Amino acid sequence: MSTYEQERVGFFTDTSICIGCKACEVACKEWNAVPVDGTEWTGESYDNTSALGANTWRHVAFVEQPHNGDVRWLMESDVCKHCTHAACLDVCPTGALFRTEFGTVVVQEDICNGCGYCVPACPFGVLGKREEPKDGRVWKCTLCYDRLKGGHEPACAKACPTKSIQFGPLDELRARADERVKQVPGARLYGRDEDDGVGGMGAFFLLLDDPEVYGLPPDPVATTTFLPSMWRNMAIAAGALLAGVAATVVRP
Amino acid sequence: MTEVRSYYGRPVIKEPVWKWEVPTYFFTGGLAGASSVLSLAAKLRGNEKLARTALYVGAAADAISPALLVSDLGRPERFHHMMRVFKPTSPMNVGAWVLLVSGGASSTAALLELAGRLRPVRLLAETVAALAGPPLATYTGVLVADTAIPVWHEGRRELPWLFGASAAASAGAAACLFLDPADAAPARRLAVGGVAAEAVAMNAMELRLGEVGEVYHQGAAGKLAWAAKGLSAGGALLLAKRGAKSRRTAALGGAMVCAGELCLRWSVFKAGFQSARDPRYTIGPQRARLET
Repeated sequence: MSTYEQERVGFFTDTSICIGCKACEVACKEWNAVPVDGTEWTGESYDNTSALGANTWRHVAFVEQPHNGDVRWLMESDVCKHCTHAACLDVCPTGALFRTEFGTVVVQEDICNGCGYCVPACPFGVLGKREEPKDGRVWKCTLCYDRLKGGHEPACAKACPTKSIQFGPLDELRARADERVKQVPGARLYGRDEDDGVGGMGAFFLLLDDPEVYGLPPDPVATTTFLPSMWRNMAIAAGALLAGVAATVVRP
Repeated sequence: MTEVRSYYGRPVIKEPVWKWEVPTYFFTGGLAGASSVLSLAAKLRGNEKLARTALYVGAAADAISPALLVSDLGRPERFHHMMRVFKPTSPMNVGAWVLLVSGGASSTAALLELAGRLRPVRLLAETVAALAGPPLATYTGVLVADTAIPVWHEGRRELPWLFGASAAASAGAAACLFLDPADAAPARRLAVGGVAAEAVAMNAMELRLGEVGEVYHQGAAGKLAWAAKGLSAGGALLLAKRGAKSRRTAALGGAMVCAGELCLRWSVFKAGFQSARDPRYTIGPQRARLET
């Protein structure tokens, strides 16, 4: 029995106290044995990681922007959102992606056959297909599923020296975030609202600027929300195809 | 497209990881599905030659399709993991089942036709293939629309119609390639009608897409869209004007329409990559939605 059984857990990432140390990136790579994915200098502030992907499950974004006649530095540790309505999980044709007992979304590496459907389905661009070293499967943050089962917090939250990354039961995190957002000028919560297009995020954020400034979609929607109407529409189109072919053949 | 704020101009969503096999399959799957319907319809109408040709074309396209899909997987040896669940929330999973039914039925029918045996079983197999055909030809539109890629997702109402029309055109055109013009009148009508329906669907989609649809006029997707329009319209014109008189013209027209339909699938495929790459297409409409 783990500590968190049957309670949905997640992350609250408070970017107002992130210092951009990247300890989360390193701890994640170390614990999960995520391969190296290049050492390219981007020239984009201190960010040489650039984006989440198969080999990057935590990514610290750095934004330098003019602010009140000075310059300010925004830092945000991005991660899989473990959505309530997870498009990746819905579209996965093998059932490799599943919802754990902690309410998180995880890829089963022994099931994934590398079809790649989840990659463009994710509205945040979180998932990636691992090509090197030769693998062919899709990988993403597991919210340290193995550590949760042992009753430990995920590696990134453990390593975070400022508690910018907070782990815990989602209800507690939401209550804490609601208090915090009142204290920080210019702050807004992202992914906190259960009425948003993904039904609320298991990993949500306190941001100091618009989401897109950090590379996040401002109004993400799980594509599968529209799937029932897409199936109905397809059924009509398929019927029209049947009728159309019959009509061309029957005409004398 | 209006300017948006973004993170160093980087994409918000990921481009697909699908390779050349996938758009090629969109073509072969559509060809297989519509050909199975054409075959049964021609058989019921008593046009045996057309029925046989369409049956063989459909079975061949049905046989190539799974090979393409398995080859695209990162772990091809795990292709059968698609079959460990039935999952209507995943168009790819549903498609795998439809393709299994369609391919099994059309190859059974084609083999029995070749052997000239077990007529009732063959007829049953032909019927199953003809019923699986329309879903096979149209579900790929849902497959691409059920993603976060703006140009695909926002075209979700038109894509199954576009792909269905393209499938009909290619099935008619492929039959014209192999048949004497005297037996191919329904196939010519199907090819011409399919090309016309496809033009309507494409225009409707572009109207709806607005600025998000401008990728269909840019880069590889733009070039392929032009090639698709030119080849399919030119081929349809040849089939309509001289397809009944000249076998060679009919074959040329059929080949042009088939090439045009292949280009159309590639154009849609490439448009998705271009749409994902530019964060304006992801952020712009979402920001506009929040501000209204």
